[in-house]
Amino acid sequence: MSHDHPDDHSEVALRTRAIESLLIEKGYLTTAAIDRLVSAYENDIGPMLGARVVAHAWVDGAFRQRLLADGTGAMRELGYGGFSGENMVVVENTPQVHNVVVCTLCSCYPWSVLGLPPTWYKSPEYRARVVREPRAVLQEFGLELAAGKDVRVWDSSAEIRYLVLPERPVGTDQLAEADLATLVTRESMIGTGVPKRP
Amino acid sequence: MPDPATAPGQPAVGADAPRRNGELVFEEPWQSRAFGIVAALAENRTCAYEEFRQRLIASIGQWDRAHADTPQAVYHYYERWLESLERLVTERGLLTEEEIRRRAEYLHDEDHH
Repeated sequence: MSHDHPDDHSEVALRTRAIESLLIEKGYLTTAAIDRLVSAYENDIGPMLGARVVAHAWVDGAFRQRLLADGTGAMRELGYGGFSGENMVVVENTPQVHNVVVCTLCSCYPWSVLGLPPTWYKSPEYRARVVREPRAVLQEFGLELAAGKDVRVWDSSAEIRYLVLPERPVGTDQLAEADLATLVTRESMIGTGVPKRP
Repeated sequence: MPDPATAPGQPAVGADAPRRNGELVFEEPWQSRAFGIVAALAENRTCAYEEFRQRLIASIGQWDRAHADTPQAVYHYYERWLESLERLVTERGLLTEEEIRRRAEYLHDEDHH
């Protein structure tokens, strides 16, 4: 049990260890499988993948069309897919529309391209408030939207995970795809931010 | 509401450096194990993720309602996650509550030897 942490005697830690060890003994899972998945989500799967999707859509119009029509399929082209069989829907920001994503009921999130959600995304406050007063919440994130801009809030579910395709920053015509990807922040793909400027 | 580590005005980190912004994916080791158990059960199709998610929605909804009038209450997402995992494995008949309780006691005693 080298991956247990006997120094943590909290009730939650003990119950987690109990469940893990019993499930392994009964053959429902292996330590190796848990280790591999945890390591993947700690190290390899994160918003850098989503940033690559966005940058690719910025430079390749045909890919962008496929991404908006069938997010799951287009992301699979790049080799990204989750373990829970979710459908990815990509919503595009335009000069007229700003999109922002939430999961009001729990924590559904485009894991396969953004990794696990940040703490604020899971908080009761964000889940409740972004639907009721999106502009005020976005302001708290430092995002001032033009008065005429339409704000659309997308409530994720197990079946549908949303990813925002942010607007490409002005003055980036000369940038290569890999450099564009470095401008794409996690918040810009949730809709609580916009990409960085070069 | 934004995390201090990712708030606007902080040094730009970019999505290319998701783990360099000072925010941990898991705050405590047991949280990563609880996450990994659910992910592994879904991956090997012992339990569909949706079966887990329905219990997570119920657990979070229960907490939200119970604390609607106490905004100072501290929400612990992974405690809801663990409760949902426990319900999943017991309601699906993989483990019994008694088994989990006994094993947790055993591990507690073992640690104290």
